[in-house]
Amino acid sequence: MKRVYVNEAWCLGCHLCEYNCAFANSGLQDMATALKGKPIYPRIHIEGSDAITYAVSCRHCTDPICVKSCIAGAIRKRDGVVRIDQTKCVGCLTCVLVCPYGALSPNENGVMQKCELCLQNSCGEPACVTGCPNRAIVYEEREEDA
Amino acid sequence: MNEYIIIGNGVAAVGCIEGVRSQDAEGRITVISKERHPVYCRPLISYYLEGKTDLSRMPYRDEDFYEKSGCRVLYGLASAQIDPAKQTVTTDDGKTLSYTSVCVATGSSPFVPPIAGLDTVPDKFSFMTLDDALALEEATQTPKRVLIVGAGLIGLKCAEGLHARAASITVCDLADHVLPSILDADCASILQSHLEQNGIRFMLSDTVERFDGCTAHMRSGGTVDFDVLVMAVGVRANTALAKGCGCETNRGVLVGDNMETTVSGIYAAGDCTEGTDASCGQKRVLAILPNAYMQGFTAGVNMAGGTARFDNAIPMNAISFFGLHVMTAGTYDGELYEEKTDGGCKKLYTKDDLLKGFILIGDTTRAGLYTSLIRERTSLQTINFELMKKVATSAAYSSEKRKRSFGGVV
Repeated sequence: MKRVYVNEAWCLGCHLCEYNCAFANSGLQDMATALKGKPIYPRIHIEGSDAITYAVSCRHCTDPICVKSCIAGAIRKRDGVVRIDQTKCVGCLTCVLVCPYGALSPNENGVMQKCELCLQNSCGEPACVTGCPNRAIVYEEREEDA
Repeated sequence: MNEYIIIGNGVAAVGCIEGVRSQDAEGRITVISKERHPVYCRPLISYYLEGKTDLSRMPYRDEDFYEKSGCRVLYGLASAQIDPAKQTVTTDDGKTLSYTSVCVATGSSPFVPPIAGLDTVPDKFSFMTLDDALALEEATQTPKRVLIVGAGLIGLKCAEGLHARAASITVCDLADHVLPSILDADCASILQSHLEQNGIRFMLSDTVERFDGCTAHMRSGGTVDFDVLVMAVGVRANTALAKGCGCETNRGVLVGDNMETTVSGIYAAGDCTEGTDASCGQKRVLAILPNAYMQGFTAGVNMAGGTARFDNAIPMNAISFFGLHVMTAGTYDGELYEEKTDGGCKKLYTKDDLLKGFILIGDTTRAGLYTSLIRERTSLQTINFELMKKVATSAAYSSEKRKRSFGGVV
């Protein structure tokens, strides 16, 4: 299946992916209305050190430990995509406790969210990828042992 | 055709069903359930009282889960007996079922100490099951004075759940600090202050000597008048069934990394078991939900002829009270790295080039990276631990590891 992959050698650390993600998941038509002057809660975030930067989002693991650990049965994997049923989430953060990548974070209401590949919003393909100015984030098929 | 029997209908049972089905689409699965509810997660009952979830959102799996898994559930059967020689399970309604392999997933029960006068208390509850929560909801239709005996995870989550429904909440515990099983006194004081600011009253290093109706006479000499009593002193693994058919037990049913008990063909999973804590190598009851699922799944795979091991179980908890998040994992042993933050703290314990355990209060961002270091027994020399201890970030890993994580299929 297609997943989001990052190449840290190409990442500029510009944080555009965070803004494009927050906008794509806002459900609004206009980026300024959606984001201007507000704290943003993107499902992808830039991490790094003095030497490098890179984007972190859900890996849609083959054997996701968040799914096994969720105390509400709110995280499930369907068709290869790990999804959160936000109506079931109680915000206990057990998924944060177990995710080895740091890919989950709460939204403004304390309900958990994570990258769902923009399959549930109007983008149709990951907005972080479309908007990355340096192709440091791509959406493609890769081999299991790549 | 293989016959699988699972005794218990909690999260370990679901893991077991899904483990069996990952190997065997045909075999017949029978679940023997004491409670008359489809599977739900016990930790949700405090969120139910709080109104953060409800009966329609609580089921752990979809309505058609059992049917789609080719699984029949026998509800309302409180006990069963296993005959390992005949490979049969006899239920308390007198039916005898044959099995190829069986999984004991009987969970745990509240431990209620024999306090004098407990029988004179009209409204007393445990806080383990959905039925307990429903009964407490009924008993607190009008604001009541609540006394909770036990300041552990169950007692404190109960306090939070009842907070908006209660006239007052008093929590007592013989221990000198809250959450004694997972916090040290220092961290516990941060949490206790936060709970007190939210109106919970504590009587620590104190316990009920005697009840006289709705009055608790405390060891310290004081009294507490209450309307509703919740006994949350602790839980005990339900080992009687497994013990009765010859399985070795200690505080829980002893299992190996493949979840088989000491009796061939009998597996066990979840809160009733005692497995190995990978953070310290000792046998422990690790009664937490993720372990229940993973043990159940492992048992299911092996019951159906596959090969699975679960050898990196550790104690770990994510819990919050009135918006303050607390996360703990592993064993608090070794050299301490400590940071005090505004209204919280971070404690990391390292020993023998490994992260052994941590306590986080307040900021829990990407805590899973710390958990993973413990579970995977990562050599701290191979990462930039100076960076990692300040911020949980994969920037502390080698670029090769990051390439595998974020550029490969994991």
